Amino acid sequence: MPIALSAVIDSLPYLLQGSFITAGIVVSAMLLGLVIGVCMAVGLVYGNRFIKYPLTMYVWVFRGVPVVVLLFLFYFGLFTFLDLNFSAFASVTIVLGMTTGAYQANIFRGAILSLPQGQFKAASALGMSNGQAIRSIVLPQILRMSIPAWSNEYSIILKDSALAFVIGAPEIMARTQFVASRTYQHLSLYIAAGIIYFLLTWAGVIALRKLEQYLRIPGYSHHGSN
Amino acid sequence: MNESSPILRVNNITKSFGDNTILNDVSFELVKGEIKVLIGPSGGGKSTLLQCINCLVVPDSGDIKLEDEQIDFSSKQDLYSLRQRVGMIFQDFNLFDHLTALDNITIALRKVKKISKKEAVKRARLELEQVGLGDKEKLYPAQLSGGQKQRVAIARALAMDPKILMLDEPTSALDPELIGEVIAVIKSLAHKGMTMIMATHQISLISGLADEILFMEKGKIVEQGPPSLLLTSGNSSKSQGFCDRLNELSEVEG
Repeated sequence: MPIALSAVIDSLPYLLQGSFITAGIVVSAMLLGLVIGVCMAVGLVYGNRFIKYPLTMYVWVFRGVPVVVLLFLFYFGLFTFLDLNFSAFASVTIVLGMTTGAYQANIFRGAILSLPQGQFKAASALGMSNGQAIRSIVLPQILRMSIPAWSNEYSIILKDSALAFVIGAPEIMARTQFVASRTYQHLSLYIAAGIIYFLLTWAGVIALRKLEQYLRIPGYSHHGSN
Repeated sequence: MNESSPILRVNNITKSFGDNTILNDVSFELVKGEIKVLIGPSGGGKSTLLQCINCLVVPDSGDIKLEDEQIDFSSKQDLYSLRQRVGMIFQDFNLFDHLTALDNITIALRKVKKISKKEAVKRARLELEQVGLGDKEKLYPAQLSGGQKQRVAIARALAMDPKILMLDEPTSALDPELIGEVIAVIKSLAHKGMTMIMATHQISLISGLADEILFMEKGKIVEQGPPSLLLTSGNSSKSQGFCDRLNELSEVEG
């Protein structure tokens, strides 16, 4: 079957519009996940068991249930039940944000535990409250440390966002399927969609690597870095 | 306050972790300008005692009075105010890795003392100057040697204007050739009349600076007195025996 370049070129503007929607979903979901993840990690490390127990449950649920199940559960189930009229875009963003929040919580938790404990002690010894020490000493360091793992999470969530098509968010996958079903150029169009996803992943990962280098604390040597 | 009345009173402090009693009914007083040195075998409770004084480890029982004010261990405000007035130097420096030498000092001034950035920077520069690191303010901890890190840590503590400085084995994590610069800073503090309590294995600090030696063993102060009394050769005191062993060690190393 020949590659129908013209079909791809004709539909490219339409697909690229979808990539803005995809990017919107992923960026919002990642930022939502960042807020959820940081708060949860702080609770998981410094909280008492009444805080830790529900947070641990949350992590287990969102890691244990497929994203597509969560998506249906929230969009058709929970949001309807609660009479919340969320758009497909908002629903996908919330579900992906809450899912990546669970994973990010573990990323940040690990980073907090890997920080030398003495720094927190020194902050306390200077008269800082726990909140001040967490904000001024712990978070600036663990957020830096977590960028490589966060970039991994980005590439996973970007690809999970393709599931948004099942509830009709007009992102890349939904648009590709729409065009493919009309033009019958499945091979060409899904190759094009694949390339767009690949480029989005690549651009995000490179941007995060630049950010990591920019924020690197001087004096720390990294093996294998350039 | 009377000059000779104690600035710090530690009364009957006890601390256990599980069945393990780390501090057993420890009491002592510190007068303004005085330097007390804690010595004794590892695991004797020196470090825990220091951490109990500023409540990084909250004692199980006993009480602490700073400037005639009894500290309520259950009041966070009391603990924060206590810690602002008691500086602490750690064995492994505990500098904030993501901040420059200057910012390591300014951060507590700004967050805790709520001093303006400009004033904080001015004060931090002054303190760095005092410990001989005026030219290193822009460097990060990973770019400093151990001795320089410890001097930044001392500058950081002093910027808070502490009434007392506690030093927990300040030279133990340093390479031998770097110990001298830190000792010099500590000695100059002593000459300026800083009130200090210090755990150390450094003979020159013990015999040269201590007004009083507290020998701790198994969670108790088992011997105390001025070095002139405890550290005379031929004396059968535990402190003398301990220092003799430290001397032997350093001779073996030398």
